[in-house]
Amino acid sequence: MATVSLSTLKPGEFAVIAALHTDEALYHRLAAMGFRIGKNIELVRRAKFAGPLHVRIGTTDIMLRRVDAQRIDVTPSSTPQ
Amino acid sequence: MKRVALLGMPNTGKSTFFNRLTGASARVGNWPGITVELMSAKVLLGGNMVEIIDLPGVYDIHGFSDDELVVRHFLENNPVDQVLIILNTTQIERQLSLALQLKQLGLPAMLLLNMSDEAKKFGVTVDIEKMSQALAMPVVLLSAKYGSGYEQAYQAISGAIQTSQPADTKEIRDKLKLESQIEAKMESVLKHAVQIPAQMTDKLTTRLDSLLLHPWLGLPLFFGVMYALFQAIFILGKPLQDGVAWALGLFRGEILDHLLLNLPAPVQGLLLDGIYNGVGTVAAFVPIIVLFFLFMALVEDSGYLSRAAFLMDALMAKMGLDGRSFVMMLMGFGCNVPALMGTRVMRSRSLRLLTMMVIPFSLCSARLQVFVFITTALFAPKNAPLVLFSLYLFSFAAAIITALLFKKRYSNIEPFILELPPYRLPTWRQIVLRGWHEVRHFLSRASKFIIVGVVLVWVLTHFPLDATPAGNDTWAGMIGGLLAPILDPLGINQQLAIALIFGFVAKEIVIGSLAVIYGLEGTALMSTMAHQLDWVQAYSFMLFTLIYTPCLSTLATLRNESGSYAYTALALAWPLGLAWTVSLAFYQGARALGY
Repeated sequence: MATVSLSTLKPGEFAVIAALHTDEALYHRLAAMGFRIGKNIELVRRAKFAGPLHVRIGTTDIMLRRVDAQRIDVTPSSTPQ
Repeated sequence: MKRVALLGMPNTGKSTFFNRLTGASARVGNWPGITVELMSAKVLLGGNMVEIIDLPGVYDIHGFSDDELVVRHFLENNPVDQVLIILNTTQIERQLSLALQLKQLGLPAMLLLNMSDEAKKFGVTVDIEKMSQALAMPVVLLSAKYGSGYEQAYQAISGAIQTSQPADTKEIRDKLKLESQIEAKMESVLKHAVQIPAQMTDKLTTRLDSLLLHPWLGLPLFFGVMYALFQAIFILGKPLQDGVAWALGLFRGEILDHLLLNLPAPVQGLLLDGIYNGVGTVAAFVPIIVLFFLFMALVEDSGYLSRAAFLMDALMAKMGLDGRSFVMMLMGFGCNVPALMGTRVMRSRSLRLLTMMVIPFSLCSARLQVFVFITTALFAPKNAPLVLFSLYLFSFAAAIITALLFKKRYSNIEPFILELPPYRLPTWRQIVLRGWHEVRHFLSRASKFIIVGVVLVWVLTHFPLDATPAGNDTWAGMIGGLLAPILDPLGINQQLAIALIFGFVAKEIVIGSLAVIYGLEGTALMSTMAHQLDWVQAYSFMLFTLIYTPCLSTLATLRNESGSYAYTALALAWPLGLAWTVSLAFYQGARALGY
C-alpha cells in the first residue's frame, strides 16, 4: 500500500508506521518512545502556525516537529488496528 | 540456490551496501515465519546465483521488539548459507555483540566492517587478521559510501558460499527456543491477564487536552495559570521572607554584635555589614526559592509544562529555539538560576547555549522588587501597573532580539520530540523531594560566589577607611565617578551608578544599597528620590537594571553550565551593551521629545 509522510495526516487519522528515515540518534529516541515499524499511530492534533504535531502510539502521547515527522513514512489506515 | 542474509544494526550503511551489491534487481517479498515483507535480490556471485535478503536493522537478536522478532523468526524458518553481519567500525566496541550472538547460534557468518573511511578519520584501526582469528569468521573492512573494500568483500562472500552448507534451522530453533518460550509465556500472560485496547486513551487527559491545547484558548489559559502561580509564590513567600529577615536581624542584634564587640572596627564591619548582611539578604530569599521550586515541581510533574512547549514551539522555532526553551524562560521569571540549570535536558549544545543566552533577560522576582519600589516612588498609582507591564514587554523583546541575533551563531537542528504524559497529580513526597534537591543545589552553587561578592562590595564601599561609607570618596564612589561619562548620557547619576554595581552581585541588594547611599529608609527614601529624579531618569535606570548583566549567581551558573569562560564573557558583555543602548535611546529620545 502507498505510504505517505506522517506530517501529511489530518487530526483523527490513523496509520501504520512503515519506515523511519532518520539518523541513529533520532532513531534511538524514536524507538524509545515507541516509534517502531508496524506500530499503529494516530495524529491527534496539529498546532497552529506550522507548529508541532501531537501523535499517539498505543498508550503514549508524543509531540514532534513537522520536519521530524516528514522523515517518518506511514501507511494510512481507516481504523486503529 | 544459495541464500545469503544481510544483518546489522540500524544505520550502519546496511541498505547502501545491499543496493550496491544487488543493483536495481531488488524486489519485495514474503517469507515463511514472518508477517512483514523483506527486500531481496538475486545476483551472480563467483559463478553462483545467490539470493540476498536484507533483514531489518536490529541491535540485539534476543530482544522482543518487532524487528528483532522478524529477524529471529526469519532465521528459524529459512535456511541460510551465509549471514553477512554489517557493523559500523567506529562503534565496533558497542556493536560487536551482535556478531557474537550470531556466532553463538552456529550460523555461518562473515563480518563486514563498514564506514572504514570514518573510522580512519577517528583513528580507529582494526587488525583484520587478529579479529578474524578471534571470531573464527572472515572479516572485511569496507566503505559502502565510497565503495572501497568491495572487491575483497565479493571475493570473501563468493569463496565462503562455494563450500557453505545451509544452516540447520532446527538447530537454530533449538538454540533460540529459550527466547521463544519467553516470548510465548509473555504472550500468554498478556493475553490472559492483561487487557490492552488497540488505542488506549485516558478520558480525563483527552478532555483536558482539548481545552488546554485548544488552538486559540490554549495560550491565554496557560499565561493565566502561570500568572496565578507567581502571585501565589509571592503571597505565600513574602511573610516567610520577612520572617527569615527578622530572625537573622535578631540573631545579629542579640548574639553576633556582642560576640564580635572586641574585634577591630574594620574586621567587625566586614564580618557583620559585609558577609553576614550580604549572605543574610540572600538567605532571606531562600523561602521564595523553595516555594518557587515546589510550585515548579508541581507544574512539571503534572504534565502541563510539556503542553506549554507544544503551544509555543512554532514561535520559538522562528528564533532558533524550541518549546523547552520557552518553558525555561518562564521559569526564569521566578529566578534565572534554576532556569539555566533546567536547560540540561537539551542535547544540542548550540541550542543550550542559545537558550542560556536568552534566559537572563527574564524579569526575575529580584528585579521585580526593584521595579515595584521605584514605580511606587516615582509614578502615579494609576500608571504604576502600566509601567511594570511595559517592563515585562521589554524583557520579552530583549530575549527575542538576542535570540534572533545569535541564532546563526548557535544554530542547531536538534529534533524536538517530547512525550506528553497524562495529567497527574504528583504526591507531596515527590514534590518535596524534588524541591529539596533543587534548593540544595542552588545553595551550594550560589553560596561560594555570594560570599566573595559581598566581601568585594563591602571593601569597595568602605575603603579607604577614613571615607564616609558608600560616599563619593570611597573606591565605589570613585568608580561611580569614572563611570559618569558612560552613565550620564543615560540619565543615571552617581548614586544610582553605585546601586548598579551592587545590583551586579544580586538585584535584591539594589534597594538596600540605595538606602545606604542616601542614608534614608522607606518612605523618606522614596520622597528624596522623587525629588532628585524625574520619571525619564527613573525609567531609564529601570531599563538598564532589567537588561544589564545578570547577577553573580546567574553568572556563576552560566559559567558552570557552559564550562566556557569565553561564553560567560559574551553572556556578560552583550546584555551590558544592549542595556546601555536601550537606555540611551530611551533617555535621549524622551529628552528630545521634551519630557
